[in-house]
Amino acid sequence: MSGDAGRTYLPQGLPIPVAEADGLSAPYWQGLRQSRLLVQRCRHCATWQFGPEWICHQCHALDPDWTEIEPHGRIFSWERVWHPSHAALRQHGPYLAVLVEIPHAGGIRMIGNLLGDPAQVVSIGAAVEGVFEHHSHPERPYSLLHWRLSSVH
Amino acid sequence: MSAGATADRTLRGRVAVVGIGETDYYRHGASPDPEFKLALKAILTACGDAGIDPRDIDGFASYSEERSEPSRLASALGTRRLRAATMQWGGGGGGCCAAVANAAASIVAGLADCVVVFRSLAQGQFGRFGQTTGIDTISGEKAYLMPYGVLAPPQRFAMRVRRYMHEHGVSQEALRAIALASYHHAQANPRAVMYGKPLDAAKYDASRWIAEPFHLYDCCMENDGAAALVLVPAERAGEFRNKPAYLLGAAIGSGYRAGAIPHNSPHYASAGFETVAADLYAMAGLGPPDVGVVQCYENFTGGVVMALAEHGFFAPEEANDYLAFDNLIAPSGRLPLNTSGGNLAECYMHGFELVLEAVRQVRGTSTSQAKRSDVAMVIGGPMVTPVSNLLLGSEATL
Repeated sequence: MSGDAGRTYLPQGLPIPVAEADGLSAPYWQGLRQSRLLVQRCRHCATWQFGPEWICHQCHALDPDWTEIEPHGRIFSWERVWHPSHAALRQHGPYLAVLVEIPHAGGIRMIGNLLGDPAQVVSIGAAVEGVFEHHSHPERPYSLLHWRLSSVH
Repeated sequence: MSAGATADRTLRGRVAVVGIGETDYYRHGASPDPEFKLALKAILTACGDAGIDPRDIDGFASYSEERSEPSRLASALGTRRLRAATMQWGGGGGGCCAAVANAAASIVAGLADCVVVFRSLAQGQFGRFGQTTGIDTISGEKAYLMPYGVLAPPQRFAMRVRRYMHEHGVSQEALRAIALASYHHAQANPRAVMYGKPLDAAKYDASRWIAEPFHLYDCCMENDGAAALVLVPAERAGEFRNKPAYLLGAAIGSGYRAGAIPHNSPHYASAGFETVAADLYAMAGLGPPDVGVVQCYENFTGGVVMALAEHGFFAPEEANDYLAFDNLIAPSGRLPLNTSGGNLAECYMHGFELVLEAVRQVRGTSTSQAKRSDVAMVIGGPMVTPVSNLLLGSEATL
């Protein structure tokens, strides 16, 4: 479930994710560093929530709990990107980004890259599992969550 | 009629556009003038079109973090006093109609009498929307997107359109027809950046992918320029030299949790107009069959498909049949669309060129005049939040 050290899906140099100054998403990013996927779930009404917010959108309880979930889901939508909108991607060629729906966490969605051949045919609804990718940046180490097609369905 | 549009609480017929103006339109970075000077030029042209003294302007309205701010404009122009200064929050080009609505609300509420609504952009001076180099760290919504190469608007909207195409069986040819219509109309419009640069189906098909399902020609341009209009109370509409275009309705907003990031809005495959289209029709007392011509913001063609469907012109499942080139062109298509060339081929004036074109349609002065142009619709930037829209009409529609 962990990416190879030193090899990343996209080249280095893209913006580095950090939590907001108020710390709202800090547990999420800290979780990824430990190869754990944490999302919010309200302790009062059990509503799942992602991205994080300071309040449960269903019952208005403040400070929803962070809960670890298994990183697997289904492709909800996808795109194959050809145009480099950043200097780091200029010589890179096409890559795949997917929006993954997580049915066992209330259908919340998250975006990552789909590992494997960037020319592959992508099917909405396909089962995917998470792959943590750790970036050992000297000052700001961070981790991402990618996806690959599931070997078992 | 909805609760928000009782007889007393409406913009219908209360204000009129009496002047429009724009600068020359340029490729991004090609303006010889700085952004603020572009804004001044467009405002002076709009005042000249109306035949009013710019010193009589008493309000300014804009959107999308416009940089030419009202107090500097009022000082530069020597307006006698400033009474309204409204900025629509968020939504980028989604606010192009909201800015008009906010100006109209200022007038109807008695806060101001002569409001200029405008947008100015000089991307050589301030940078492009489509490039994201130079950002070190990122927080908030973009932190969940940019490290994965979901950087600029094409990548941020492609998945939404792909999902819509999947749910409703919309074809690439439907997107193509929208691009072809905009380019077709631009060939009649000497203001258009793509004037003299026609597009056909083969050229579209052969164009490079930006982010599937968007070819190059599915994506708006980026441009430099400015555009402005002058809005006054309806009682004064007859004092000016041009035929007035009355505001028949306007609406702003989005549906339930449309802003849930990242890409977590419950109704994901949407342009965001479900509630906003209903509000617009309710205020105007009109429905889709009453609309003769539509200007619909093309950030990307796929957003136009969704936005037109959400305004009731066709069901999503009918998109492939309805969105055929012949249906979309003036003068006699079923629904002439983006008759100046729009964001794809006239100028990406962040959608404000669309509002000016709707005024021209009502006046009867478009370079691609629609056969039915008494009621003209503008739909602001789709797939963002908040979005906005408006309907303009001639005196006969009041």
